[in-house]
Amino acid sequence: MKDLHTPDLSTRIGALTFQNPIMPASGTFSEDLADVFDLDVLGAHVLKTIMHGTRSGNPTPRVCDMPSGMLNAIGIPSKGIDYFRDEMLPYWAGFKAPLVVSISAHSMDEFARLCSEVSLPGVAAIEANISCPNIEADGNAFAMRPDTTHAVVTRLRAETDLPLWAKLTPNTGEPVEVARAAEDAGADALVTANTMLGMSIDITARRPRLGNVMGGMSGPAVKPIALRMTYQCARACDIPVIGCGGMSTLNDVLEFLIAGASAVQIGTATFQSPTVMARLIAELNEWMIAQDIATLDEIIGTLEAPEAGVFE
Amino acid sequence: MTYPTTVSVPVPQGLRPRCAEATCIVRSNTPVNGEYRLLTLDAPEAILACQPGQFFQLLCPAPEGETPFLRRPMSIYGYDKAAGRLEFLYKIAGAGTRGLATLRPGDRFNVLGPLGQGFSMPDDWQNLMLVARGVGLATLAPLARMAQEKGRKLTAICSARRPELAMSVELFESYGAEVIVVHDEDGSSTPEALRPLIEARIARGDVDAFYTCGSSRLLRMLQDLGDAHGIPGEIAMEQQMACGLGMCQACVRSFRVGDRIIQRRVCREGPVFPISEAI
Repeated sequence: MKDLHTPDLSTRIGALTFQNPIMPASGTFSEDLADVFDLDVLGAHVLKTIMHGTRSGNPTPRVCDMPSGMLNAIGIPSKGIDYFRDEMLPYWAGFKAPLVVSISAHSMDEFARLCSEVSLPGVAAIEANISCPNIEADGNAFAMRPDTTHAVVTRLRAETDLPLWAKLTPNTGEPVEVARAAEDAGADALVTANTMLGMSIDITARRPRLGNVMGGMSGPAVKPIALRMTYQCARACDIPVIGCGGMSTLNDVLEFLIAGASAVQIGTATFQSPTVMARLIAELNEWMIAQDIATLDEIIGTLEAPEAGVFE
Repeated sequence: MTYPTTVSVPVPQGLRPRCAEATCIVRSNTPVNGEYRLLTLDAPEAILACQPGQFFQLLCPAPEGETPFLRRPMSIYGYDKAAGRLEFLYKIAGAGTRGLATLRPGDRFNVLGPLGQGFSMPDDWQNLMLVARGVGLATLAPLARMAQEKGRKLTAICSARRPELAMSVELFESYGAEVIVVHDEDGSSTPEALRPLIEARIARGDVDAFYTCGSSRLLRMLQDLGDAHGIPGEIAMEQQMACGLGMCQACVRSFRVGDRIIQRRVCREGPVFPISEAI
C-alpha cells in the first residue's frame, strides 16, 4: 500500500522559495483583495507598479472588455516612493508571503534611483516593469529591444542586491534576444509577459473606447502568446521564468508549468473571479494528489516536443 | 434542489470577509414597465448584510452573439436577509444587461458583493429629501426602508421622461415616504421647475439633507441649493469598472475637496460621496 502524501507545492525562483507557484500579476492585486480571502495562502504578493513621484494615471475610460479578455490603460497611478515606504511596506510586513515590489520609470536614471530606494528590509524581490505599454508614447517600452533591455537591467542590477525580475513584453519581434539580454545583464528571473498593445473603437461615437486610445490587452485571448513566450524564454535562458498571461483555470496553470515556468502570475482572472488564486492553489494540490505527483519538479519544464522552430 | 452558496475560500482567522463571491439562484426576472426589469435572486445569507447604496459585481451570462467579459456593477434595489432575497432593477442598455435579461427562474448566477460604501444617515438628518431620475431611483430605493427604520421623514422626488416611467413610487410610499412625481412631458422635471418646489420645502424647514443619483443636472441644482442653504447630502456615482474591489484603479473620478481636485475610486471610496465634493 502506497503512503498517503501531501504534495509539495513549493517552488524556487533563484535564491527564493515560495510555498506554492501561484502569485498575483502586478496591477491586479492590492490590500483590497484581503476582503475576499486570506492573502497568506498565496505564493507571493506582487504589488502594483510604483513610480518615483506621484502620478494620477490616464484619463477615463480606463478599461473596456472584448471577447475573452479586456483592454486597460490605467496608466500607473502612483503615490510615489514615500507612500510606499511609510504606508504600504508596514502593511505588507504583516503577511507571511514574500513581497515582490514592481517598479517602473521613464528614464534609466529614475529607474535606477527607484530601484535603490525600494531595496528595503521586507522586500523579497524587485520586479522591473520594463514592459508597460501605458506609460510611454505609442506603447513604447524598454523590453521591446535587446539593447535597451540590457542597458536598463544593467543599471538596475548595479543598484540592488535583492533578486531582480525582469517583466518582459509580448510587443517585440525579438523575445528570445530580449530575454537573453535581461539574463546577461544580471536579471535573476524573467516574467513572461506583460499585456499586448491593443485598441478598440466605439463605432457610433467614432471614438476610442479607452481614454488613452491604446491600451494593454489581457485575459484568455492572450494566453497562447504568453505561453509561447514562456516556452521560448525558458528554453533560451538558464534563469527561472515566471509565466503570466491569460490564465484562469488549473489547466492553464499546468500548461505554463509544463512549458517551463517555475511559477505563474494570475491577473485578469482575478477581476472576473476574485477567489480564483485561492481556488487554483487548492485545485493544484488536489490534482497532484490525484496524479500521484510529489513535487513541482515533476511538472515544470516537462514538455515533450520536438524542437520547435528548427528548419533544415 | 439547488441552494445559493458562497465560493469557499480560506478566510483570515477572526475576520469575516467584507464581501464574497456567491452563486445565487434566479427566483424571477420580469419586466416592470416598458423600460426596466426586476431580477430577484435567492442569495446566501453571507452576502446580505448590505447597506443602502452599496452594489454588486454581476457575472452576466453571454447573450447570443455577444461576450461581456468583465463583471457589471449594479446597485442593490432590494435585500432581505431573513428571506434570503436580493434584487436588482435594470434597464437593458448593453451586452451585460442583455445577458441579464436571458436569466430564467432556477438559473445559477454568480455575484460578488456587497461592495463599496453605502449612504450614511447621521442623527441630525431628520428630514430627508431624495431627488433622482430614471434608474437612479433604483439605487436610492433601499434608503426608504432605512429612513423608516430610523424614524426619519422622507420626501422622494421621482423624475422620469413620462409619469408612468417613474420608478419605485409604490415602494417609496410603502415605506411612508411622500412621493412627488415630476416628468418631462409637462416640464415639471426641469431644474427651473424643481428649484422653487424644493426651496419652498427648505423654507418650511423640511429639508435637513439631500440624496441623489443618476443626473448631473440634478447634481448641480442640489449643489447650488446646498451651498445657498447650508444643506449637506450624498450622491451615488457611476464609472466603468473592472474589479469592483479597488485593485485595478479603473473607476476613478475627480472630486473637489477644499481647493484641491483629487481622484477617488468609485468602487472603493464610493459609490456614495458628499454632494458638495462631486464633479
